Amino acid sequence: MPLPVRHLLLAALGLAAVAGLLFVTGDLTALRVAAVGYTMLAVAGLQLLVGGSGQVSLGHGAFMMIGAYTMALLVLHQPSLPLAANLGVIVAVSVVAGVAVGAATARLHGPYLAGATLILAVGLPGLAHRYHQLLGGSNGLNIRTAGAPPFLDGLVTTSEWRALVVWTTVVLGLAALATISAGRLGRRMRAVRDDETAAAMAGVPVGATKVAAFVIASAAGGLAGGLQAYVLGTVTPGSFTLVLSLTLLAALVLGGIGSLWGALWASIAIVYLDVWATDLARAADLGRDVENNLPVVFFGVVLILVLRFWPLGVHGALRDLGARLRVAGSGTSS
Amino acid sequence: MTTTAPEHLLTADGVTMRFGGLTALDDVGLRVDPGTVVGLIGPNGAGKTTLFNVLSGVLRPTRGVVSWKGAPRSGGRTHHLARAGIARTFQGLNLFPMMTVLGNVMVGADRLARGGAFSLVSGLGRHHRDERELRERATAALERFGVGEHAHRLPGTLPYGVQKQVALARACAGEPELLLLDEPASGLSGHETAELGERIRELSKDMAVVLVEHHMDLVMDVCDRVVVLDFGRVISTGTPEEVQADPAVTRAYLGTSDVPSTGPDDGNGDRR
Repeated sequence: MPLPVRHLLLAALGLAAVAGLLFVTGDLTALRVAAVGYTMLAVAGLQLLVGGSGQVSLGHGAFMMIGAYTMALLVLHQPSLPLAANLGVIVAVSVVAGVAVGAATARLHGPYLAGATLILAVGLPGLAHRYHQLLGGSNGLNIRTAGAPPFLDGLVTTSEWRALVVWTTVVLGLAALATISAGRLGRRMRAVRDDETAAAMAGVPVGATKVAAFVIASAAGGLAGGLQAYVLGTVTPGSFTLVLSLTLLAALVLGGIGSLWGALWASIAIVYLDVWATDLARAADLGRDVENNLPVVFFGVVLILVLRFWPLGVHGALRDLGARLRVAGSGTSS
Repeated sequence: MTTTAPEHLLTADGVTMRFGGLTALDDVGLRVDPGTVVGLIGPNGAGKTTLFNVLSGVLRPTRGVVSWKGAPRSGGRTHHLARAGIARTFQGLNLFPMMTVLGNVMVGADRLARGGAFSLVSGLGRHHRDERELRERATAALERFGVGEHAHRLPGTLPYGVQKQVALARACAGEPELLLLDEPASGLSGHETAELGERIRELSKDMAVVLVEHHMDLVMDVCDRVVVLDFGRVISTGTPEEVQADPAVTRAYLGTSDVPSTGPDDGNGDRR
């Protein structure tokens, strides 16, 4: 079966699973399910870049910001455009930004690339203050998007509808990423990651492959940011700081760098560790300052613990467990 | 595989390579005809590896021209050479450590895929057929080198001799017209070296081969022509017999007038 067909079928299955989950759980969970969705898309893009092509970017949050602000500006200034068109424009804008940054950094390796992308993560939120009129300064932009269509009234709430829209986009994006990753381009990326000289000598255009990986990751990040703006209805520079980029990278390592499943565990960790830490702080009545900082501490502790005991991340641990169970199973049967 | 007009596949004329004040290659000329095996020998530090890197496009010469099928090879980047039909192996093998053996060899065959950029990104169009063909070619290459059973292992888990075969399979999977082998016999046992000689002879039916080698038995056994370098200059060139009889070669290797030994251990040619 050709890769795109297989991955689209898996995407449909995934969407059905999420729809089932939304049906079972309530309206409040819907926003968290949506958050897991767009975070997963962002992490999956980063995974293609870091795990696939071996380039470490600390600027992934900046591309989410580009996507989010593009969405907000489109809704504010071009209200007649349908959501699908907005998402298309966001991908195009992110691709252009990705080409610009990727082409400039294609010759950089390891820490130098990380440093260059760090500038992006640190500098870009400043633009919102610099162009206060257009981008709304530190208060950001607030947008209002259409809820569930009338014929679904009473069937799904607006939050559930938004979660479904997000996940439809996300599973399509994930199918595209999985297809690239499993195909010729993904193999070229892994070859470049493992040995640039040998890859070049086998006919792989090293520079172009690295830029391609960067651009694809940027598109995924931008799309994720656009979906976030759509769900939250607000865009502020404070939510796209360096902390976001670092969190995405750390979560990727936590989830497991080699597979899309790792991106799922990573996004669940990002969304739910935050929720649990906040709940914990409230339950223990720890005060505002502690409540604000506890999620970061919590995240760090979990990351350290996971990597201490499962160096390959959650997905690596699950795969090991699966392999061990299979061996045990075949051991008893023979 | 018939090349069009020119009889020479690869020629190097007046190639000079300087690193700062050091002249590693001085006015070196070389030609490789289709279907022949050319050996590149010389004492340590003679410039063999430098010439090899110039031929494979890793280094660009300070002066001189390298022509491919009669046309001067412009300053294209390394991957253009592979596209044109030049493949090489590395002394350190340089296999892709985190990819399976099959994946390694499929990268080697990648230049034969015909799908364009669209199929590459979308997985649509020719992509599916390309992938199937690449997998078939890679599997065939692995079988040809007798390592088909290891297709799904990671290279690092295999013995060195097997890894060498994988590296050869990767270089040959793209059906190159010229294969550059960097010390193919290093680290192999006598028996394995004999096998390698037969294999190179067989490969030369489909492609030209240039090899850098210390192992004199192998060189004298498989090469049609031998080029001897010393201090960055070509001091002798001809058939193995002619080169062996050349007093200049004897001087370079031993500093005396003895005929160079063809024993495997004498090839390292330490100058005294």
